[in-house]
Amino acid sequence: MTNLAQLFFDAASLGGLYAMAALGIALIFGVMNLVNFAHGEYIAFCVFALIVPSTDAVAVMLLGRAPALLLVPLVLSLGAAIAIASEYAVFRHLRRADPVAMMISSFALGFVIRNALLAIYGGRPKAISLWPELNTPVAIVGADVPLLQLIVILTTLLVVAGLAGLLKKTRLGLEMRAAAENFTMARLLGVKANVVITGAFALSGALAAAVALIMATQTGVADVRMGGQIMLVAFIATVIGGLGSLPGAVAAGFLIGAASVLLQAFLPLDARPFRDAFLYSLVIVCLLVRPQGLFVPASAKPRV
Amino acid sequence: MPSQHAQNRLAAYSTPLILSAVLLAFVLLVVVLDDKALARTAAEALVRVTLVVGLWIFVGNSGVISFGHAGYMAIGAYCSAWLTLKPQSKALFLPDLPPWLMDAQWPVFPAAIASGLLAALVALLSGAAILRLSGIAASIATFAFLAIVNTVYSNWEGVTGATSSVVGLARYVDHWVALAWATAAIVAANLYANSASGLALRATREDEVAARASGIDMYRHRLWSLVISAFFTGISGALLGHSIGVLNPDSFYLGITFISLAMLVVGGIGSLSGAVTGVLLLSLLIELLVRAERGITVGGAEFALPSGSQEILIGVAMIVVLILRPAGLTGGREFKLRLSVPRIPLSQEPTSTN
Repeated sequence: MTNLAQLFFDAASLGGLYAMAALGIALIFGVMNLVNFAHGEYIAFCVFALIVPSTDAVAVMLLGRAPALLLVPLVLSLGAAIAIASEYAVFRHLRRADPVAMMISSFALGFVIRNALLAIYGGRPKAISLWPELNTPVAIVGADVPLLQLIVILTTLLVVAGLAGLLKKTRLGLEMRAAAENFTMARLLGVKANVVITGAFALSGALAAAVALIMATQTGVADVRMGGQIMLVAFIATVIGGLGSLPGAVAAGFLIGAASVLLQAFLPLDARPFRDAFLYSLVIVCLLVRPQGLFVPASAKPRV
Repeated sequence: MPSQHAQNRLAAYSTPLILSAVLLAFVLLVVVLDDKALARTAAEALVRVTLVVGLWIFVGNSGVISFGHAGYMAIGAYCSAWLTLKPQSKALFLPDLPPWLMDAQWPVFPAAIASGLLAALVALLSGAAILRLSGIAASIATFAFLAIVNTVYSNWEGVTGATSSVVGLARYVDHWVALAWATAAIVAANLYANSASGLALRATREDEVAARASGIDMYRHRLWSLVISAFFTGISGALLGHSIGVLNPDSFYLGITFISLAMLVVGGIGSLSGAVTGVLLLSLLIELLVRAERGITVGGAEFALPSGSQEILIGVAMIVVLILRPAGLTGGREFKLRLSVPRIPLSQEPTSTN
């Protein structure tokens, strides 16, 4: 029989992963109304940066060989770099375009990154081992919890707390919140659009890199498609949370993680392969009940 | 001189004529060139015209981006497979089908219609819920719908063959069949867009609040357009299945969603002409790049693009178009004929072009 503590840790760690990915999307949506579909590809890019470029089935570590103290900041800045680069190359030229055109161009950018990775690394998933010792279970309150799950839960809490601090206490954070509230007004009051937007992209890319490190350790594979599934969930979480609301994105990320783990545990055996279908039906129901999301940011109210 | 309004109405009906003439010219060119590979490409491009025009009926008129249309496609494609495959092969690959479906062996045309109708029925049910939302929430809900369809079709072993492909579909869709359906979709799309419901829906696209204040029931018109749109999308799915001969749930997932939206946006989401232009141009570009990947000889020198560059270049082309022309190549305008027409009294509706 599955034990409750085990369920709790599973739900919290999966939810934490979703919450971090959702935060990455919500940050960018907040400042420029862009639904960034390329976010999943940032994650895949960071995973593949760990290994030597080749189409062989066995992966040789490149960055992945570096000690953790060096590796973590390196990958985080790599994630930030690709996000900033994509803003320079693509989204900067689309600031005046409507949200639909921006959304589609981010879809196209993701498509480009994914196919570039496919061309360089080949389509087969590769086995990688990044910090395998983190998957050894430790016993806590009667549950065998892999160390990694604890790290994920802790990291999420740290990231959320850090981000909250950044947004509340620093000048950049203040400007970002102002931009999320009313971008034109913020610019009129002297907020530099480029600084705020670049900052948001850098944070979002670093979050994608964090998700990438966790996923690589957890699954032990590098697959071009690994970003797609989590991007979809994160994207849904930002909408359920209330587009543009950061606490909402975190809450909804945890909610979806919990729902997913509970469905997996309590659905009858025959229905389990269809778990995702149930999960997404719940999403539609949730949207029907609260179309604006759980936490409605002030900027979401339509002005006539 | 007939009134400006009557002239506009007539001119609006000339759009499908021009578009189908372009498609017919395209097919005639293929027939004259008499190239097997080209004919196959042309048939696939025309199936995509049906798909993208189907998609446009909803997305273009309502302004709501739908990621769920690949789901309607899958529903149509599998429905046609259930109805047309030989009972023996169904007993082998899809053992859990209900008996009446197991024994069914319909001719292809009614099967295509049935596929469209099933997709339309599913659209009516799913749309009744999803379209209560608007804006980005509605788009996300369509995405959730796509994920639901994909999960169900990839796991329902005995009915859809799950991830192992369904094979042996009759490959009857050549460029003429595809042309006929593409033309039908274009005519239907034009008729809908110029109907009272289509005009009302476009008013909501331009300004939701003002349209609602003028007494337009946005929900009803969106639902109606989604049902028509899903009918043609379902048929395009059936056509795609019968042109490749193999069905797999993953061929109706993110890849086709991306490419169909790309075609729509590059051509110009605001107009039917834009939808058709986008399909033809991007199909042409894809074909050129695929050939370039295989290697082309120019002046005695052999050139070949590295493999994988086709997808990358398509993505880049899309981004460039969006940056330079955010409203698409046609910018939301239709191709129209400006004819000098005989005087029509204002009260009488013109029914067709001269």
